[in-house]
Amino acid sequence: MISAWLAQHWHVFVFTLKRLVSTPLTSLLSIIVIGIAFSLPAGIYILIDNLQSISGQTVSSPQISLFLKLDANQNDIEQIRQRLEENPQIRQFQFISKNAALHQLQKNSGSVDITSGLTHNPLPDAFIIDTNNSAPETLGQLQATIEDWPEIEHIQYDATWAERLSAILRLGHRLVLMLSVLLSTAIIAVMFNTIRLQILTKREEIEVSKLIGATNSFIQRPFLYFGALQGLFGGITALCIIALAIHATNNELMELAQLYTLNLHIRHLSINDNLSLLLFATWLGWLGARISVANHLWKIESK
Amino acid sequence: MINFKNVSKRFPDGHNVLDSIDLTIEAGEMVFITGHSGAGKSTLLRLIGAIERPTSGNISICGQNIAQLKPSALPLLRRKIGFIFQDHKLLFDRSAFDNVLLPLQISGFDHKLVAGRIRAALDKVGLLKKEKAFPITLSGGERQRLCIARAIVHRPTILIADEPTGNLDTAYAKDIMDMFNSFHQVGVTILIATHDASLLEKTKQRILQLNQGQLAA
Repeated sequence: MISAWLAQHWHVFVFTLKRLVSTPLTSLLSIIVIGIAFSLPAGIYILIDNLQSISGQTVSSPQISLFLKLDANQNDIEQIRQRLEENPQIRQFQFISKNAALHQLQKNSGSVDITSGLTHNPLPDAFIIDTNNSAPETLGQLQATIEDWPEIEHIQYDATWAERLSAILRLGHRLVLMLSVLLSTAIIAVMFNTIRLQILTKREEIEVSKLIGATNSFIQRPFLYFGALQGLFGGITALCIIALAIHATNNELMELAQLYTLNLHIRHLSINDNLSLLLFATWLGWLGARISVANHLWKIESK
Repeated sequence: MINFKNVSKRFPDGHNVLDSIDLTIEAGEMVFITGHSGAGKSTLLRLIGAIERPTSGNISICGQNIAQLKPSALPLLRRKIGFIFQDHKLLFDRSAFDNVLLPLQISGFDHKLVAGRIRAALDKVGLLKKEKAFPITLSGGERQRLCIARAIVHRPTILIADEPTGNLDTAYAKDIMDMFNSFHQVGVTILIATHDASLLEKTKQRILQLNQGQLAA
């Protein structure tokens, strides 16, 4: 019983494939339309995903630099160190004494010793703080707290950049969502029309089949398979388009990234993302066909 | 097998095609339905095939009341019936073999397992050598016979034929009547609508006369 059922489905599957191949140009065109429609949101999604990975590289845990006044003594330093240790928002911190900072500067500047002319050390003592939480609000709050402490000259952190980037990323995500909804609707519309035309050309077959005892699901099946298969092939086309686009722009993006001293390696969609895209494309094709069949099949009543 | 109780069929334009028909056809009977064109022969057959529903009255076929049948049960009832259409309703995009395959596909048979049954049906109507031919290349008589092969391949309990010998010369018509007689002998219930007087003269079977939507005695 089940094997007969499977055999029937297999038969419809093969039959549908043959039907797709029998009108190669039409099939190819609608598959390409679906592919392009999918590649747009998916491509932007990849772009955002990669931007996020860059922002992760630079600002995932923003560091706060704390510069003390030049006349701060050992006692002040100990006091600040103790307060930092007590603050639960701080994950870890590192103390860089003015002497260590000067030593570092001498080492970094190489053969030209720009410090040799100095009569005294102009650098302040500093703490470099890693926070537990990178949310801009937390950082702002922490800044306010530290500012009230004595012997603090300057606090510096790069939250504004993080805020801007995360705002852009949020906008991008919204854009991907909007594009996905719009283009999915377009795909359903394309499939609706394709199936409508097919039903019209298969009118006789549908009529006769109904007359000799075909159930509705038997009549629908080839159309639903057709929609799902076109969706699937459209999804595969989208993956190819994306892979080609990444390949074509990879070098340029790398150069751009190097100008910003970022280590960029374009990440492709994960296997999970790929599979979900294919599944979604198949489902959309099926859905378009399903709506079309529901709308047009009942109009064909046996005469 | 087939039971009509006070069945009327009115078309949307108000014309009464069938008017208060009472009719019983026993299993294994062979019945001719005759009358001039427009007398309601085709409508009667279409009611039996559950292709149309009566405006009023009760029809039961194989013990099932058509009016109370769920739409999902209708296909199963139709599979018990072999319908030979006046206009054949063959599919021109596939071979004779594939045309006969259709009812078996619909009933859920694996098409690899039924080739023998299809060839047996084609053989019975004398079209075995034309299994690969497309209907467009067949003559009128051959198309009629192909339609018969398609109607009998799933071994229906009721066979309904609407003008099966219309437009055929007498030799072909005799062939086709011989086929119906052989189906009758193996117990199939057969209804044949015809206005072919020569068929009616020769037969010993029951003849129903339809006149302006009513059965004449």
